[in-house]
Amino acid sequence: MFSILRTLWLTFLHAFHKRETVGYPEIKPYLPPRYRGRIILSRDPDGNERCVACYLCAAACPVDCISLQATQDQNGRRYPEFFRINFSRCIFCGYCEEACPTYAIQLTPDFEMSEYDRQNMVYEKENLLISGEGKYYGYNFYKVAGVDFGVKGKGKGDNEEPPGDVNDLMP
Amino acid sequence: MRYILIILGVLVVTLSVAAGLIWVERRLLALWQDRRGPNRVGPFGLLQVVADMIKIFFKEDWIPPFADKGVFVMAPGIVMATVLLTFAVIPFAPGIQVLDSNIAILFFLGNSSLGVYSIVLGGWASNSKYSLLGGIRGSAQMLTYEVFMGISLMGVVMMADSFNFREIVEAQRKVWFVVPQFVGFVIFLIAGIAETHRLPFDIPEAEGELVAGFHTEYSGMKFGMFFVGEYLAITLISAIIVTLFFGGYLGPAFLPPVVWFTLKTIIFILFFILLRASLPRPRYDQLMSFGWKILLPLSLLNLLITGAVILSFN
Repeated sequence: MFSILRTLWLTFLHAFHKRETVGYPEIKPYLPPRYRGRIILSRDPDGNERCVACYLCAAACPVDCISLQATQDQNGRRYPEFFRINFSRCIFCGYCEEACPTYAIQLTPDFEMSEYDRQNMVYEKENLLISGEGKYYGYNFYKVAGVDFGVKGKGKGDNEEPPGDVNDLMP
Repeated sequence: MRYILIILGVLVVTLSVAAGLIWVERRLLALWQDRRGPNRVGPFGLLQVVADMIKIFFKEDWIPPFADKGVFVMAPGIVMATVLLTFAVIPFAPGIQVLDSNIAILFFLGNSSLGVYSIVLGGWASNSKYSLLGGIRGSAQMLTYEVFMGISLMGVVMMADSFNFREIVEAQRKVWFVVPQFVGFVIFLIAGIAETHRLPFDIPEAEGELVAGFHTEYSGMKFGMFFVGEYLAITLISAIIVTLFFGGYLGPAFLPPVVWFTLKTIIFILFFILLRASLPRPRYDQLMSFGWKILLPLSLLNLLITGAVILSFN
């Protein structure tokens, strides 16, 4: 009997508690920067695409929602001819971001992507590609090391030594 | 003319209060569960009622092919009819009363007993297992709680020396009957909750066990009738508690009697919703044994002591 009255009183006191619900459309909830939302493709600081079309994201994707086709420009640099993500399949697991060797594919704190037509959930490359660098500023994959694709000269990378002279006998 | 106006007024006010309670209940449950509740349609979500009604009118009104069609259609009407009939005998203020009956309490008890036919017939005519179980539970619960609901009121009847609601209210000029009849009030309150099938005594519905109990097969406005009938019953029980135990329309003179009646009734409606927000549903057999083993002897004892006290003072 007493416990019932106490329950009633405690429930009544909840009228003065803070609301748990966020008034969503007016008040946006705080989302941490590493929230896994809408997927984007970023560019390097020079404004070129970071994606090298290595297919690792498509291979890592557990629901096979990423589809792309690699091609090369006149310098031999690889880039995706098309890059397509079917967001009606995507489960926002973030495996593609982990698999990506060039920080090209990234998940962003944006979840407001509802559509009335299911076909509109398929994002093409022009929908995915942003003009900025996303979460990783100043990172340029080709400037660090690797082959000359018109981004840096041979042996001019950040972690590279200049190439040795093959005609020199000195060690 | 005045008579017809009173009838129309009572009908319109009670029905709109019952419809408005849909919004009130959802907002208050949200308040007590740290949520916000419906606040999209209109100011503070007040037009939610309209939206709900439009939705429920446009829903397909489906009658299952295995149902007993005539009874199935009739059942939701019974609960509305019996509850609305009872509002006729309630004195909202001196002069604002449809029927000044001198057997008002009997009329109320009889109508509330008839109301259970709505549940039993609805459950039976649906011809499905869960509905039937809900109907059986409803009738058993009603049998149990009807008994001492009547007995708990007899103390009030003895003190007022009348079955007439208006005379009972007038008899509370000195002191409200909740003071000398506190036990009777508590028992009547519990029986009233059971009478309206509200949580925590909603075992005919019991959505955790019986899908939706007696109205599992109902859809569209027939379901809406059960729904509104339940809210009407809450309003009715609150109004009757106020009339019998809290001095009805009596109150200090700075407010008109109707306002006093309305205020007191609203407090009890809010209490009903608070009960729903806080208490869990008891098991079926617990409910029955609580009724027969505790409340029935208690109400008989109350009757006995009240009679003895009145006899010794005369």
